[in-house]
Formats: sequence, structure tokens, C-alpha cells
Amino acid sequence: MSAAAEDVVTEAPAVEAVPKRAMTLGTGTSLVILAALLVVPMFVKNFIIFQMTMVMIYGLAVLALNILTGGSGQFSLGQSAFYAIGAYTSAVLMENANINYALTLPIAGLVSFAAGFLFGKPALRLSGIYLALATFALAVAMPQLLKLNFLEHWTGGVQGLVVTKPDAPFGLPMGQDMWLYYFTLAVTLAIYIGSINLLRSRSGRALMAIRDNEIAASAMGVDVALYKTLAFGVSAGITGIAGGLGAIAVQFVAPDGYTINLAISLFLGMVVGGVGWLPGSFIGAAFIIFVPNIAESINKGLSGAVFGVLLFIVIFLVPHGARQVAIVAQQLIGRLRK
Amino acid sequence: MTTQAKLRLAAVSAALVTLVATGGTALAQKKYDTGASDTEIKIGNIMPYSGPASAYGVIGKTEEAYFKKINAEGGINGRKINYITYDDAYSPPKAVEQVRKLVESDEVLLVFNPLGTPSNTAIQKYLNSKKVPQLFVATGATKWNEPKTFPWTMGWQPSYQSEAQIYAKYVLKEKPNAKIAVLFQNDDFGKDYLKGLKDGLGAKASQIVLEESYEVSEPSIDGHIVKLKASGADVLINITTPKFAAQSIKKMAEIEWKPMHLLTNVSASVGGVIKPAGFENAQGIISAAYAKDGADSQWDNDPGMKKFLDFLAKYYPEGNKIDGSVVYGYGAAQTLVKVLQMCGDNLTRENVMKQAASLKDFEPDTLLPGVKINTSATDFAPISQLQLMRFKGEKWELFGDIMSGDVSQ
Amino acid sequence: MELFTNQVLAGIATGAIYACMALAVVMIYQAIDHLNFAQGEMAMFSTFISWQLMQWGIPYWWAFLMTLVISFAGGILIERLLFKPLAKAPILTNVAGFIALFAIVNSVAGLTWDFTIKQYPTPFGSSPFLGSQLISTHQAGMIGVTLLMLIGLYLFFQFTRIGLAMRAAAALPESARLVGINTSWMIALGWGMASAIGAVAGILIAPVVFLEPNMMGGVLVYGFAAAVLGGLTSPLGAVVGGFLVGVFENLAGTYIPGVGNELKLPIALALIITVLVFKPAGLFGRAIVKRV
Repeated sequence: MSAAAEDVVTEAPAVEAVPKRAMTLGTGTSLVILAALLVVPMFVKNFIIFQMTMVMIYGLAVLALNILTGGSGQFSLGQSAFYAIGAYTSAVLMENANINYALTLPIAGLVSFAAGFLFGKPALRLSGIYLALATFALAVAMPQLLKLNFLEHWTGGVQGLVVTKPDAPFGLPMGQDMWLYYFTLAVTLAIYIGSINLLRSRSGRALMAIRDNEIAASAMGVDVALYKTLAFGVSAGITGIAGGLGAIAVQFVAPDGYTINLAISLFLGMVVGGVGWLPGSFIGAAFIIFVPNIAESINKGLSGAVFGVLLFIVIFLVPHGARQVAIVAQQLIGRLRK
Repeated sequence: MTTQAKLRLAAVSAALVTLVATGGTALAQKKYDTGASDTEIKIGNIMPYSGPASAYGVIGKTEEAYFKKINAEGGINGRKINYITYDDAYSPPKAVEQVRKLVESDEVLLVFNPLGTPSNTAIQKYLNSKKVPQLFVATGATKWNEPKTFPWTMGWQPSYQSEAQIYAKYVLKEKPNAKIAVLFQNDDFGKDYLKGLKDGLGAKASQIVLEESYEVSEPSIDGHIVKLKASGADVLINITTPKFAAQSIKKMAEIEWKPMHLLTNVSASVGGVIKPAGFENAQGIISAAYAKDGADSQWDNDPGMKKFLDFLAKYYPEGNKIDGSVVYGYGAAQTLVKVLQMCGDNLTRENVMKQAASLKDFEPDTLLPGVKINTSATDFAPISQLQLMRFKGEKWELFGDIMSGDVSQ
Repeated sequence: MELFTNQVLAGIATGAIYACMALAVVMIYQAIDHLNFAQGEMAMFSTFISWQLMQWGIPYWWAFLMTLVISFAGGILIERLLFKPLAKAPILTNVAGFIALFAIVNSVAGLTWDFTIKQYPTPFGSSPFLGSQLISTHQAGMIGVTLLMLIGLYLFFQFTRIGLAMRAAAALPESARLVGINTSWMIALGWGMASAIGAVAGILIAPVVFLEPNMMGGVLVYGFAAAVLGGLTSPLGAVVGGFLVGVFENLAGTYIPGVGNELKLPIALALIITVLVFKPAGLFGRAIVKRV
């Protein structure tokens, strides 16, 4: 029995570092994937285009979480709240104020950024399990807030809002799905490149220093409070943009679409993709969209159990997520070249 | 007759015969839209098989079993039903994804009995724009009866608002000066009921002394019951789903609060709610019904229920007859089969909606005697009748007339 | 005033539910320094097992004991099979594992016993306790058993060698190994005990909320919240936290106008976070000092 009233612990960082070199895919791989993304929609059905659009949208949300957790080491189970804020901002502006859909995205991003920043401030004093609980509270509160009576006039209450899908502009000869796909692709690329640059910059290094050892970072002169709050803000902002895109793609917003289950799914997407590895965000997004469908086709009654088993298999085989697969693949290719 | 005349006669006869023959085939011609063929009819469905509403997944399973039975008995006009059902986890974005899959990838003829108001609101515009029937929607929301705006969407069960209005009228008749308290689930189900109640009370809505909402995430609603008792109300309108209904009945007995208690039909199941809550605690509760209760012994010798139980034994033995959802699935599936049979060989989506809007006095096995399905071009609410019932002993005693509560938004 | 007293009493009754669950949460935290999201589902599953045993004719107390043993063994088995392989993996991966376990247990329970609610018996009866209609004898019994478990846990952690070894293994694994503690088996033991405590919690809670696969979802959140409020290292804190959360939630729902009712859970969580800002280790927890 210790005489001290305190427990002294030396904590290993909760989130491990991703070496900067390995943060993205190689140039060759990136170009191949980009080419594929540009060309594939012309050969597949609208429904597949819709699914690919959703993968990009959720991928953005997971990317945002990766910046927050993988980048600055702050654990968040509350991303669904920021996603909902972005979605509703877009929907309300489009349906009640007739604002063009493309303009609603930056606004959604700003509103979510502000929300994230404001949340990040009091959350500064919390870490680990306590921060998880705080973000969890936020995620649980959001559907409730969206259902509040006095906001019903704007939010549609429990009934939600139906959103009109935009047509391709300038009379371009493409369907709504295909246009939305390319629009989303453009936004996603812009944010992806921006995020990589952010993590490679001085600010990114500051974030990662905070993630690896907050006390040491502070001792070295990093403004921990500012960077942590900014991280929350940026992450929330990107999630908000994803939410806005989601609202347009699904053409509907309702409180039931933004529950804690979404936050948990995004978290799983991050883990499966590889924490801190930005390209993995999209692999993670694909996992959370397609694997439940696969589980369902295996056994409808036990679809939850099958999903759990598949998830276990993934985390047993690759505890560090898809990044591990990419590293192994890279090594194999390296060996083959020799 | 000259040879020339004979030849001419033969030619004309041949032409006539050919004309009649082809004209005849044209009359008996089959018409198909995507999803229907000579051998099969593809029917799509979405249900919450996982997630918070997974309790309702049994509806989809019951329907699947029922269609298996129909196929075993020869199908519909010789065609087998191919029932494709997907899980939407009660999430609107997932519902949109799955319905798009059904329509664009699986190419179903129609979407049958999709469940959940949020999911159905999400897919309504899409299905109507694609002109795919959204038939017999599995929620009691009042908004599925709008044939002018959404000609491809039709409900099935009595709307929550109609039921609430029936309760409102009952209260006003039996206790004109009642102090009314309402306990409702804070979602589309609860709020729709509340609106119907207030509309039904009209000017007397001011007699509501307390509107108490609760969330599905709460483990127990006992605290709410305490608050309701403290309001001094002598009438309680209880708009809760089964688990919470049972909790409320039990708690009310524990704190000895005995107002006039009106309970939503959704939670009136004898086996699913009343028995766990305690028969002795539920005496005198009023509710309304449109279907027979599988746990209620008064239907043991009813021919319709017997058919239902035979079906369960043969095709869905894991199905629990006391589960109202199972009874529900059977009734809805039976209605769809009737509509498809009425379509004959004209299996276009337009004809499906036309036949669905032409049901006259159709009585599925599981509806109460006297409750009939009727639709028309302006009435897209197949079941709009309910009968009041009071709980006595170990079962519900129906009383009064079959009431019609047709409400359109 | 009467309403206030009534709500406080009702809050204590609900709080007993949270306190039970919070004890299981503290137990697992003491063992693995983490919260297991699947704790509630495991408790629910154990409760179903006891229910099934009773359906097969086994009397209540035998079913209770058998379930405790089965839960204990089950907890150890799950740890050894599923989480020992993940011991070297990052923490976040382990959390994903908890979520997967949650999905599996919930789904299997739903398929095995379906979603209709089941009545669950109580050995304490349901009559008013000491004449108050607000607390039934069952709820008083629940509070009593919770307090007993609390005392038991306190004695275990403070005064037994194994309890001490477990705390050491969780707080400073390397040092613990140096003094000969088998940290791996301490973790397994912690899982087993947490599972057993969860089973007791479920068995106590089911008579009030009715047994069905989704019964523990909400309870787990409140249990976490209560444990965090009380201090994750203190069983006493967990129980006090549970009661506080129950009472506060009821009062918030009754007295905060407009939104109080709809935002009960977020308000309760907001309160807890506020407390944490001033007392980061919870009301009764030990302050954690991090060294670089």
C-alpha cells in the first residue's frame, strides 16, 4: 500500500507515431489510383457511383478523425456530432434559404470548425478516457438537440429535411450521381492534399509532438492549448464538410442518421485504415460501408455477430490497420525489384 | 364457285384467321416491368435487422417465410416470389443505399413493407421519382396517405394519428373534465400520436396537464411515472414501445397510481407486454386493435388464426406467435399476395399501384372480424378501422363498434 | 417539496442500477486500465443464461451461483482467446476489439432469445419498502447487494495479496513483473471478476427494466459516467457516483424547464465533465501524476 495519495505513472503514448515518409502513398501508386477514380464512373452503374461517393465522404470524416487522433493524439468518439452539424447546415441553407449547394459546403465547414474549436477549449483539461467520455456525451447529445422542439422550424424535428440533389452545371451531359461523384472527388482531393501538407508543416510537427509527449512538447515551447484546440477545430471542420456532402448525396437529414453508431463506425474506420495514415482513411471508410453488407449476405440473423468476427479477424491479422498491409506490400515490391 | 373465287375466299379466310389469332394473343399479352417475368416476381424490402430497432427484424423474416409458403403452393399465377430483403440498421443513409441497390442493382418490381419512418421518408422521393411502388409502408405515420403528391407510396396499418383521435374521442366522452397526462417516446412515433391526440381533443387540448417525453436510450422510465403521478392527472395516454410500456404498467402498480389508462396498440400485446408486466397490474387498461393477438386465447378456434398457426408450425417454427410483429408480417404479406394476384399477367408497376388502390373489403386472416382493407384512388390508407378493447382477467375484451379513424394530412 | 423528495427517492432507486454497473466498470478498469465497451452486453448475456437455467427448472439461487461461475469462466476465456493476442497491439485496436465483442454478444443474444421482453424474478419481492411506494423491496435489496459487493471489492483490493497484485499489474506492469507478479494472469482474473460482477448487476437490474438483448445499452453509459464521476479507481466512488447520477438526472428532468427532459443524459454527462475539470481523478479517485 503506497503512502502517497497519488499514483505516479509513466505512460506510453496512447497513439503511436507514423513516420513522416510513410504518411502517404508513393507518387506512382497515387497517380494510378487517381486515374482509376477518374475513369471508373464512366463504366459502372449509377448505384456503384453512389457507393463510391459515400466511400469518399466517409473517408473524409475518417481522415478528419485521423488528423485529430493520429495527428494530435486526442481521442474522439464525437465526430458524428460535427458531421451532423455540417449536414444540417447544408440542408437548412439549401432548403430554407435556397443557397447553392456548393456554397453551403464552406459554410458548413466553418460552422463545424467553430463548434469543434469551442468544444476543444474546455476539453483541453481532459485526456484519454475522460476526453472519450466528453466526446461521447457530445455525440449522444447531438440527436437530442436536433429533435428539440424550438428548433423544429428549421431542422424539421424528428421528421428531418428532404434535400434536393443538384444537377450537373452548365448543362453537362452527366447524371446527378456522376456529377456529385466528380464534385466530391474534387473536394476530397483538395482536403486530402491540404491535410498532408498540414501534417508535414511546422504545425503538423507541433501536433505530433503533443501527441507523443504533451509535457515534453510544452517544455519545448509548443503552445499546447492552441494547437490542441485548432486540431479539434480543423478536424470538426473537415467532418462538417463531409457531413454536408453526405446530406446532398443521401438527399435527406434526420436525427436518426447521426447517432453514436456513426461515431463508433468512424472510429472503427480509422483503426482499420491505420491510425495516423491518411490514405488508410478511405480503406477504413470502405470497410465500414461494405463489410456490414458482406456480413448481412453471410447471415441475416447474425449480421452483427458476423461483422464482429470479421472485425476481429482484421485486427488480429493487421493490428496496425491497412498501413501494415501497405508496408508489407511495399517490402514485397522492393524485394521483387531486386 | 370458280377457282378464282375459291382462291379469294381462302385468302380472305386465312387473313381473317391470322387477324383473329394475333389479335387474340395481343389481348392475352403479358406486360412486365423490370423485376417481373414469366417465372418470377422480384420483391424488395428493407428492415432493421441490426441496430436499435432490431426487434422488428422478425417482420422481414415472417414475410420471407410466408412467401416461401406461397411459392410451395404454386406461386402467384404460376410465378415464384423472389423476396430480397436488406438491413438498414434503422439509419436513413443506409436505407437510401439499400433501396438504391434494390432498384438499380437487383432490379426489383416494387419495394414492399419498408420499415421505419426516417428510412421511409429518406427513400420516398427517390422511389416516387423512379416510379417504383413503395407499397404497404411499415410504420403508422400519417403521411403515407397522400396519393396526389406521392402516387407511388401507400401505407398499411392504421395511422398513429387516427388511433390517437379515437382515444381522444373516448376520453372526451367518458371523462369530459379529465386532467390528461401524456407519456410519449421522443421520436416520430410518439410525436405523431401526440399530434393526433391534440387534434382529436380540439379545443379541449388545454386539459393536457403534462406532456412527458422519454428517450429510447433511457434504461428505465420509472422516474417519469413518478412525475406523471405528481401532476395530478386522472387520465394517462401511454405512447410507449413494448419494453417501456411494461415498465410503466409495473411502476404504476407499485406506486398505486390508477388513472384511466389508454395504451397504444403498438404495446398492447398480451404475451409481449401485459404478461411480463403482470396481468393483475393491467386490469382496466384501454387500447385499440385492428389485428388478432397471438397470445389471446379467445382466438384459439378462429379459422384465420388457425391458418396463421399452421403457417408458423410448417414454415417458421422459430417465430414466436405472441410477438405482434410476427402477426403483422403475416397480414402484410397476405395483402401483397392478394394485390399481385389481382394483377394477373399485367405486372407493370403502374398496374401494381392500380390494383393496390382497388382493394375492396379484403380480410386477411389476422385482422379483427369486421376490420376490412379498403383502398381507392384517393384513399391510400388500407386499414383505417380500429376497435376499442379493455383488459380484463388475462385478455382483451373488445367493446363498442368498429371505428373508422381516417385521417389524411 | 413532495415532488422533490419523490424524485430524489426515485433517483436513488434508478441510481442503484447505475451503481451496480459502475462497480463492474471499476473492476475491469482496475484490471486492464481500460473500459470495456462490451461489459454491458456480457452482463446481459449472463443474465439470459441465468434466465434460461431457470426456464429449465433450476431454482433461483442455484441458477444465480451457476451463472456467476459461468460468467467468471467466460470472462477469463474471452480474455485469453480474444484479447491476449491483442496485448501488444495499440490501445485503439483493443478498443476496436471491445466494439467487435459488443456486436457479437448482442447479435447472438438477439438470435438465441429474440427481442420480446422477459419477466425476471426477484428474490426480494416487489412490495413497498418501509411503506414508501417509491422504493420497492427489490430496489432496497439491490442497494443492499451493491453495498455488499462494494465492501467485498474494497476488502479485496486493499487487504488481499491478489488484490494488491492486480492493482500493481494494472498501474505499473513492468515493475510488477519484476517482483514476480504474473501480469498476464492478473488481467485474465480481472476480466473474470468483472464479468461475474456484471452478471450480478444484470440479475439485479433485469427485474426492473425487463430482460431483453438491448437492456444494458443505456445502463452501460450511465455506469461509465458514474464510475468516472466517482473516480475510476474507487469502488466507493463508483457507488456514490451511481446514486448521484441517478438523483441528478431525475432532478434535471423535473426542474430544468423545456429541455431538461430531453437532454437528461447529456446534462448528466456535462455535470460529470464539469466535476472532472475541477477534480480530474473523480470525487474519490487518486490523482494521477504523469512523469515524462
